[in-house]
Amino acid sequence: MNFKLKDIGPQLITVLAVVLVFGFFTYNAQVNMENRGIDFGYGFLSQESSFDVQFSLIEYDGSHSYFRAYLVGLLNTILVSVIGIVLATILGVIVGIARLSPNYLINKFAAFYVEFFRNIPLLLQIFFWYFAALRALPLPQDAEPMLGISYLTIKGLYVPAFIWQNFNIFFYSVVAAIIAIIVIRTYAKKVQENQGKQAPVLLISIGLILILPLLSFLIGGVKLSFEIPVLKQLATTSFIYEGGVSLPPELIALALSLSLYTATFIAECVRAGIQGVGKGQKEAAASIGLNPNQVLKLVVMPQALRIIIPPTTNQYLNLTKNSSLAAAIAYPDLVLVFAGTALMQTGKAIEIVSITMFTYLTLSISISILMNWYNKKIAIQEK
Amino acid sequence: MSKINFLKPDRSNLNTFLYIGSLLFFISVIDVFLNSFFKINLTGFLPSFISFLLPLILGFIGLYFIRIEFSGIKYLDLINKHINTNNFNAVLSLFIIFVIIKSTPPILSWFVIEASFAGDSKDVCTGSGACWTYIKVWMRRFMYGMYPNAEQWRINLSFVALALLGSVGYFATEKYKKYLTLYYVVIYPFIAFLFIFFFISGGPVFFDFSYGIIAAVISIILGFFIPSKFKFYYFIFVPITLYIALKYFIFYEELIELGKLEGLNWVETGAWGGLSLTFIISFFCLIFCFPIGMAFALGRRSDFPLIRYISIGFIEFWRGVPLITVLFMSAVMFPMFLPADFFIDKLVRCIIAISLFEAAYVAEVIRGGLQALPRGQYEAAKSLGMGYWRMHIFVILPQALKLVIPGIANTFLALVKDTPLIFVVGLLEIVGMLNLAKTNPKWLGFAMEGYVFAAIIFWIICYAMSKYSYNLEQKYKTER
Repeated sequence: MNFKLKDIGPQLITVLAVVLVFGFFTYNAQVNMENRGIDFGYGFLSQESSFDVQFSLIEYDGSHSYFRAYLVGLLNTILVSVIGIVLATILGVIVGIARLSPNYLINKFAAFYVEFFRNIPLLLQIFFWYFAALRALPLPQDAEPMLGISYLTIKGLYVPAFIWQNFNIFFYSVVAAIIAIIVIRTYAKKVQENQGKQAPVLLISIGLILILPLLSFLIGGVKLSFEIPVLKQLATTSFIYEGGVSLPPELIALALSLSLYTATFIAECVRAGIQGVGKGQKEAAASIGLNPNQVLKLVVMPQALRIIIPPTTNQYLNLTKNSSLAAAIAYPDLVLVFAGTALMQTGKAIEIVSITMFTYLTLSISISILMNWYNKKIAIQEK
Repeated sequence: MSKINFLKPDRSNLNTFLYIGSLLFFISVIDVFLNSFFKINLTGFLPSFISFLLPLILGFIGLYFIRIEFSGIKYLDLINKHINTNNFNAVLSLFIIFVIIKSTPPILSWFVIEASFAGDSKDVCTGSGACWTYIKVWMRRFMYGMYPNAEQWRINLSFVALALLGSVGYFATEKYKKYLTLYYVVIYPFIAFLFIFFFISGGPVFFDFSYGIIAAVISIILGFFIPSKFKFYYFIFVPITLYIALKYFIFYEELIELGKLEGLNWVETGAWGGLSLTFIISFFCLIFCFPIGMAFALGRRSDFPLIRYISIGFIEFWRGVPLITVLFMSAVMFPMFLPADFFIDKLVRCIIAISLFEAAYVAEVIRGGLQALPRGQYEAAKSLGMGYWRMHIFVILPQALKLVIPGIANTFLALVKDTPLIFVVGLLEIVGMLNLAKTNPKWLGFAMEGYVFAAIIFWIICYAMSKYSYNLEQKYKTER
């Protein structure tokens, strides 16, 4: 009896406490909502939203539903996260490798970058880029063209838009090229394992990915033209650019600060990963006659990636979550559109905040499940 | 072939190459230097494109000439080893040297030479440099927020006193060292709370919580005399009972009277702000998130499945959502979950939200340390007849915490850097105050100065913290 109580007692008390706390909250929520005459439900999602969003990837205006507004916010969040992740990865890998450079100047320069951007709050950086740095850009009518086709102005970045004809044929040709490359690589690997011959896989791959899409232009009837932004006068002192794609300054500031900030952490992950590979590994690889490129590709990188990938995925997750700071500079992301404007209009605090949190939770947990699966796959099988 | 050999620097004609190479290198550096500092373009007679690239080309040739292995000259070898190992490195080194030279004059002139320091109105800021007058005029707001000017000595006094009390650990003699943990975990936070409560606030803002803290302190002190057999149940029931007893059975009015110091005005938390608010929030969140995180880390490794699942749920929930939505929740959703007449100050709500959020990260860090300990440590402790709590307090946690000092420091750094987010609930610490000052019609157009100022302050705080944690890590490093 005593033994059993010792086992069950603490668990029972903990569960009881959790249930009590949740029960208390639910009870109060019910009482409060009754008092204020609010009813609980997700029916509002299909109602007309009647507010506008400045920047959206899908067609949206006030006549669409709240659910559509949610999608607009979610897509904008994903857009800025993807841009940020790509830029941060490129920058982070470069800086991480630079920190290991034998060159004193490069090494210190990279260290300075990391120490500088890592120790300043992200929100402050976002404010800095948005309110101070990007405000110093020229007005649309004074902007100098970059490469003759795109304009960086105080109202945003204007770049040419692609206009495709028969895009699907081009797309299929790219897919075909990728499949062909995979087949050739597998075959080359087999040949190397069986006969020890090395085929110039890289050259063939580059050739394939260039030639097949090019053929689709020549034979397949694919046409690509550009729509270049043109200055247009709205009033005597008000100008905008028309045509092309325009990226709002909020997006630029956010993507820039997110990637500059996260790149410092990724750089540290990369550095730790490469340093984590023992010196003996490189020496052993070199002593069996591999050239430096092969040492990097076949021995160092597979081991370094094992150390680099888990923390880097974590940083990607952080970047996605940090993109919610967009609300501070009015970039219409999930938090601003849904947990801000929609909440103000409907007053459904519990529903909207819970949906927002649940969305982020789903994003995070799905990425972390993926990461755990990958981690298990590449982990060294130890006895 | 012979021509290439002639151009290839080697030891036999070291002097020739050394002189030509260093001459070319110095010409290139001096050209860039004059160009950026004195606006003199030595190569102005050339086309602008070539004139722009010439220093890079000259410097590259110069560095190529002086790249002589084992020259026997100490400094030359050092230079070659560090910045001039091959062509690629030479170009990058030149590039960095030129960027540093080019960017020095504009930065220097903006920060110091063209900047205005004197005066106390916008009119003095006519130069092209920074307007530090703006910072000077708004300094009090950036430091103390909307806290009344006449009362600001209260914040200063509290911070100085707390800093002095916090440094007790350095002066403690060997005899008192064992009480330090108790001091820092229980007594010091309590004193800090009293200071904030009596001094900075000067009113019954936190009053409901002071009961909780009093109850906790009394029960922890009494807990030392309770036999370990009952300790678990004691800590479950007694603090809550004490809290209820204090709240409902001890005379409320008298305690409120006791809580007010004579002559101190009450300053509501909405008026707090600036850097002092950053410190207050970081301090309390830091104190609260550590024990909560430790509890959940132990919970996640517990043998009881229910406790384990609850801990996993808690940790993964907080780690999966962004802080901004947590603060949104504390601002708009949390009041719905409380009885209608029950009001919690928004600063307290903020501190609770951030503490719970960071606790999840601390929990994961500590779990890493617990997992890294070899099984033998657990088994050895158990074989000595230690129970769960005794084993963890005396054997496991001291070692595990030592291992995760860098991780915990990183979490605390993240916490400090996250404090500006409290703008969501309408509290304005230093970044929030900057945004407010920026929109003041008398002081438009000085956003840059404000952000640079705040960035410098945060950078100093965070950099000092990270260096301190590195020192701690070195100090507590034990050989395994």
